[in-house]
Amino acid sequence: MSELSVDHLLGIKYLNTSDIDLIFETADHFKEVINRPIKKVPSLRDITIANLFFENSTRTKLSFELAEKRLSADVINFSASQSSVKKGETLIDTVNNILAMKVDMVVMRHPNPGAGIFLSKHVDAKIINAGDGAHEHPTQALLDSYSIRESLGSVSGKNVVIVGDILHSRVALSNIYALKLQGANVMVCGPKTLLPKYIADLGVTVETNLKKALNWCDVANMLRVQNERMDISYFPSTREYAMQYGVTKAILQGLNKKITIMHPGPINRGVEITSDVADSDQSIILNQVENGVAVRMAVMYLIASKIKR
Amino acid sequence: MSQKVLLHAKEVKIILNRLACQLIENHNDFSNTVLIGIQPRGAFVAKRIADILTIKHKITNLDIGFLDITFYRDDFRRGDKPLKANTTEINFVIDGKNVVFIDDVLYSGRSVRAALTAIQSFGRPSSIELLTLIDRRFSRHLPIQPNYKGRQVDAINNERVVVNWSDETNSDSDMVYITNKEN
Repeated sequence: MSELSVDHLLGIKYLNTSDIDLIFETADHFKEVINRPIKKVPSLRDITIANLFFENSTRTKLSFELAEKRLSADVINFSASQSSVKKGETLIDTVNNILAMKVDMVVMRHPNPGAGIFLSKHVDAKIINAGDGAHEHPTQALLDSYSIRESLGSVSGKNVVIVGDILHSRVALSNIYALKLQGANVMVCGPKTLLPKYIADLGVTVETNLKKALNWCDVANMLRVQNERMDISYFPSTREYAMQYGVTKAILQGLNKKITIMHPGPINRGVEITSDVADSDQSIILNQVENGVAVRMAVMYLIASKIKR
Repeated sequence: MSQKVLLHAKEVKIILNRLACQLIENHNDFSNTVLIGIQPRGAFVAKRIADILTIKHKITNLDIGFLDITFYRDDFRRGDKPLKANTTEINFVIDGKNVVFIDDVLYSGRSVRAALTAIQSFGRPSSIELLTLIDRRFSRHLPIQPNYKGRQVDAINNERVVVNWSDETNSDSDMVYITNKEN
């Protein structure tokens, strides 16, 4: 298999296991490239990529931009706060105006779930979803699985718990799809108010006790509480959340095994994990960031191979 | 399917031994020279030549690496199939070294052009030479010629020159043959 089964990366839901294997195999090569003295390859030198961020982002945007530049693509950046979106322009009009400038690929983050899918049906460019509302964030899930594979050898058969705000998290949903596809056992853990009602239908185990979840898992992926998406109060106080669902060094030392700690960032130190956990040798948080560039290079390289001149 | 054998195992062996000797003439003990096999097919030739140099000619501390050129090719998106990458393994410094690129068949010269660009990511070699087992002359798209060549071949454009290595195909012997492209 040397080709993705999809033309756009809209979500993990649309990928199969061969796609994931191909992305990881390609990412291995790009990881070697980004550790060379000169970290750039000319593969995408005739491709123009627009980064359309209708929602705030720092690390994802930086990671995509760096990946694009490492592949020698031409990059244009757009953020909604400085655009005509505020003047009432529709998504299709905004994107078509940008595409009129001969753009080949669009990396888009949007607050509305399904925005990428909608766009892929209406415009003539390859779309990469960089997060659509609380729906999917496929490249984050890919780099998380890639980091687990790198750290533990494989994803298949591993016990992975996703802890925190599952309800508002696109990272959680994409991770569940990706991990299940690769044969991992997935558990979600958090306060009941932050667990979607029918989440078990996705084939995951639901747990509300953090210690039980940590004792079960090989890997704990700690999610941030997304205060900006919360219209009501889901738990009494941040302090209480941290006491119930925050991972501390003491908790890790009380476990019967050494588990791997992940976090998609940004970290609220002292809330979902303490500083000594985030900076410990069990944490692969910075590996995730490095792998993010390699995985995004792989995704864009493989999607760009679908563009025929 | 028409298939014409160009070189049998014995001839391949003789040629590889001659190429190794030619390398020794120019590079002495290889203290400032590194061998780089161009992936995927050049890796086989590079390993054979390295074996001859180390086992038969007792060259010690020979540096051998493998360079993947996929991301540097100029035919990305032009073929029917996407290009799949191979491993790059260059675990030594190439700055100031004499680099010898090794490939199996030199045809259009585009792979070598890509390799010349790719190697720059690892530093600035003192010089770069090219060794190829088969040189398909009169078919070059670029002004690139080998410094060391095993056998020159006049194959027409709809023919392919294929090198089968025994360790790749699990066969008894190495063989080089010419076949039609659709095969």
